[in-house]
Amino acid sequence: MKVTPEVLAEVALTEEEYQLIVDKLGREPTLVELGMFGAMWSEHCGYKHSRPLLKRFPTDGPRVVQGPGENAGAVDIGDGLVAVLKIESHNHPSAVEPYQGAATGVGGIVRDIFTMGARPVALLNSLRFGPLDEPRNRYLFSGVVGGIGGYGNCLGVPTVAGDIFFDPGYSGNPLVNAMCVGIARRDELMRARASGPGNLVLLVGADTGRDGIHGATFASVEDPEKSHRGVVQVGNPFLEKLLMEACLEALRTPHVVAMQDLGAAGLTSSTVECASRGGVGIEIDVAKVSRREAGMTPYEVMLSESQERMLVIVRPEGLDEVRAIFDHYDLHFDIIGVVTDDGLVRVRDGEEVVAEVPARLFTDECPVYVRDAAESPVIAALRARDVRAVPDLADRDGAGVTPAEALLRLLASPNIGSREPVTRTYDSTIMTNTVLGPLMGDAAVLRVKGTSFGLAVKTDCNPRYGYLDPYLGGVHAVAEAARNVSCVGAEPIAVTDCLNFGSPERPEGYYQLTRAIDGMADACRALGVPVVSGNVSLYNESGDAAIPPTPTVGVLGRLADVRRHAGMGFVAGGAVYLVGPLEATLGASEYLALIHGQVAGAPPALDLALEAAVQRAVRSAIAAGLVVAAHDTSEGGLAVAVAESCIAGGIGGRFDLAPVLRANGGRRDVALFGEAGARVLLQAPPGGKAALEAHLRAHDVPFQHLGAAGGDALVIEGLLAVPLAALTRAWRGALAQ
Amino acid sequence: MRFGVITFPGSNGDHDALMAVELGLRQPVEAVWYRDTDLSRFDALIIPGGFSYGDYLRAGAIARFTPVMGAVARFAEAGGPVLGICNGFQILTEAGLLPGALLRNQQLTFVSTWVHVRVESNRTCWTAGMTPGEVLRLPIAHGEGRYYADPETLARLEANGQVIFRYTDAAGNVTPEADPNGAVNAIAGIANERGNVVGLMPHPERAFDALIGSDDGLKILSAVLTAGVDAATARS
Repeated sequence: MKVTPEVLAEVALTEEEYQLIVDKLGREPTLVELGMFGAMWSEHCGYKHSRPLLKRFPTDGPRVVQGPGENAGAVDIGDGLVAVLKIESHNHPSAVEPYQGAATGVGGIVRDIFTMGARPVALLNSLRFGPLDEPRNRYLFSGVVGGIGGYGNCLGVPTVAGDIFFDPGYSGNPLVNAMCVGIARRDELMRARASGPGNLVLLVGADTGRDGIHGATFASVEDPEKSHRGVVQVGNPFLEKLLMEACLEALRTPHVVAMQDLGAAGLTSSTVECASRGGVGIEIDVAKVSRREAGMTPYEVMLSESQERMLVIVRPEGLDEVRAIFDHYDLHFDIIGVVTDDGLVRVRDGEEVVAEVPARLFTDECPVYVRDAAESPVIAALRARDVRAVPDLADRDGAGVTPAEALLRLLASPNIGSREPVTRTYDSTIMTNTVLGPLMGDAAVLRVKGTSFGLAVKTDCNPRYGYLDPYLGGVHAVAEAARNVSCVGAEPIAVTDCLNFGSPERPEGYYQLTRAIDGMADACRALGVPVVSGNVSLYNESGDAAIPPTPTVGVLGRLADVRRHAGMGFVAGGAVYLVGPLEATLGASEYLALIHGQVAGAPPALDLALEAAVQRAVRSAIAAGLVVAAHDTSEGGLAVAVAESCIAGGIGGRFDLAPVLRANGGRRDVALFGEAGARVLLQAPPGGKAALEAHLRAHDVPFQHLGAAGGDALVIEGLLAVPLAALTRAWRGALAQ
Repeated sequence: MRFGVITFPGSNGDHDALMAVELGLRQPVEAVWYRDTDLSRFDALIIPGGFSYGDYLRAGAIARFTPVMGAVARFAEAGGPVLGICNGFQILTEAGLLPGALLRNQQLTFVSTWVHVRVESNRTCWTAGMTPGEVLRLPIAHGEGRYYADPETLARLEANGQVIFRYTDAAGNVTPEADPNGAVNAIAGIANERGNVVGLMPHPERAFDALIGSDDGLKILSAVLTAGVDAATARS
């Protein structure tokens, strides 16, 4: 075969990588093999820049049943059950075709979960867009939200939580991270490890077409806009629903030894990974693969990313029983090959062998790169800027921006205001487990039928923190997601993460990646939460600019008694406290960006020991029934958090922030809208003041009484007084057309 | 009383209906696949929500041609109680077992939220024993739930007391804001003339436990336990 730079560019391999393949194989690869190497050695499948860094995460813990390396992670939740979780990006497809890109992102993550033998019970999504006043961003936003709802609603898995952030850094490169949580019996958990030479390899579901060829490679190069539309797949949630039911039923028979969904790099990655994990070989015949269109080459069949397909490894004696299940659901399947004992992935086209490569060459021998890291001096200078140089808020009308004006503008900010226009389009009540759905609490809470416990889930990441200090960005992403889960009363037990970054081949990009991972790892250790699964999406760039570092974190929590949970809305009468430090900073704050147009300053430092103590105190207070409302204080600071809990509860309140003002040098802006970690608003039930205070003292966490809820206005003594209706109107309008 | 839950490829509310009957009503229940044509073992049928056949042509338009729907029509003809929820309601209108149609929501987007509905009549199998004027809190989740009937049909439905659920505010008042999809006359659910076949867009099967937001749905599902017996007696 003649290998030209054009051929290598097509498969996104370097000259050196090509030479490595020749050396390892002892010959020139065939065209099919080269395409398979291109896909498997892409960043998306091969993690060639991130693999050494991911080892820094803690991945062990008493509840961990399956850590990273499988289709999804799994943690023990009690009563013989495990929760299975994973988050994954679909950024590049969504930048080109937002509806289908997002829809197939949901489809892919759901397959990762049921492949493990788990029933998917919850979907979340973490989304990033450029500002909505640019029509292209509005189009991407509407398309992505439509695709998520269109797929998830049809599938019948509730979409219960997520997060959305807008920043100019995402114009042209939106982020779509989809997360799914499933539940399985621990003893029925399935792994994607082929075994048993002679066992049959079945390809179930959709026919194979030319859609999505080179999708994995596409996700690993810069500037998706330059690529063409044909690489984006089209989703069919109706077929996925049948596939899900049939696969879960087939897995309950004793005949299925492994299952693997076809995602990025289609048949190539599914056969390679199944064989490699199982330490066996797989031989398939592409001529047996049902096609959507005529004239497809073996190369195209091996690299197609047609959706809603599963690879199922079945014992021959169980074939009839498995066939009956797929027939019941009107699903087509082909027997495309067998498991072998030679460790080779052998691809035939009828009689002709078109590829024959040891499976581990694709996986274990994928080259790994360590790059130079150096921080961008521009960002270092922005971080060093003195953000207190901005004028404080006015102390009277006519003397500049007043506290009330700033509060209303923050509530109307797309980064803070109501997500209801989005969440209203997602089915959040199907499956009858949703105890706290969208907008009801800091995280979603689900019951687990047949048990007394519950699960809590949330995604988070503040990319402005990550931009100004990637280490602190990583710390805060983990801390905030865990804090949100603690605020509904759950103990965080597992993390799944999606690392969205720019090119690692530039020193400043590699610096961001490494520092964010260090921050996440430190926070996970301090909070005692292992990383059990994840995904890496690099090369998120458009033109010359990389996205802000976005290490999205999904946290799963467990409530021992699901009835003991807390929402975020205040109720009439109960005393309200700030738990955690009084000191805050304007650095990297939403306030500074919105009111002063500056993305600058250092993000809040975080005392992880205090963070852990505050979260423990909060969730134990909720479990003890001492709390009626709990709300994390993050973007927008204390005043925004108080306003959000007032809006959620449909009630005003009267608060005195004098101690907070004093702790922040008398700065009204810092006291009201400065940001800090390890801070939570708690409300005691009416008459429950003494009990909650005693609890917080026993946990040795700092706390400050702020006031009580009541009335129809939010009053902060000496600083602002705004009718609840005005707050609610501003907040509700944030994402309106 | 034995319940059957009619299930098509793409149904996704079937499991919730099974759970609501099993855990909420504590009655025997089983799923019925769309190819089944023998419904003689059931005392009541639920056609659950979802996206039967992907809703690819029009919600409910393909499901109506399945073998099981002929058996459902015979079951209803004999006076057996049938409840169509969401996609099930759409299927019942497509099959001609209930009048009118469900159009795309006025706002053209899917809507998932909690609503209040007022019970307008207790002269059906699925509202028996309830008090007209009573307000229930139920979830909705649909893209094509805007009830429509031509003026003549609508007048007949209203005159006969076949409009049995109407969207209202928490106090039971019909307001423009309380109608989540632009349904004509704020109609959330209707019955056939005989009162044994009922269709509604809200999901009673998702409201069988206060822990998940409401147990008002049980009032609808359990109404048939007494009313259904009468219907069954009338059939035999």
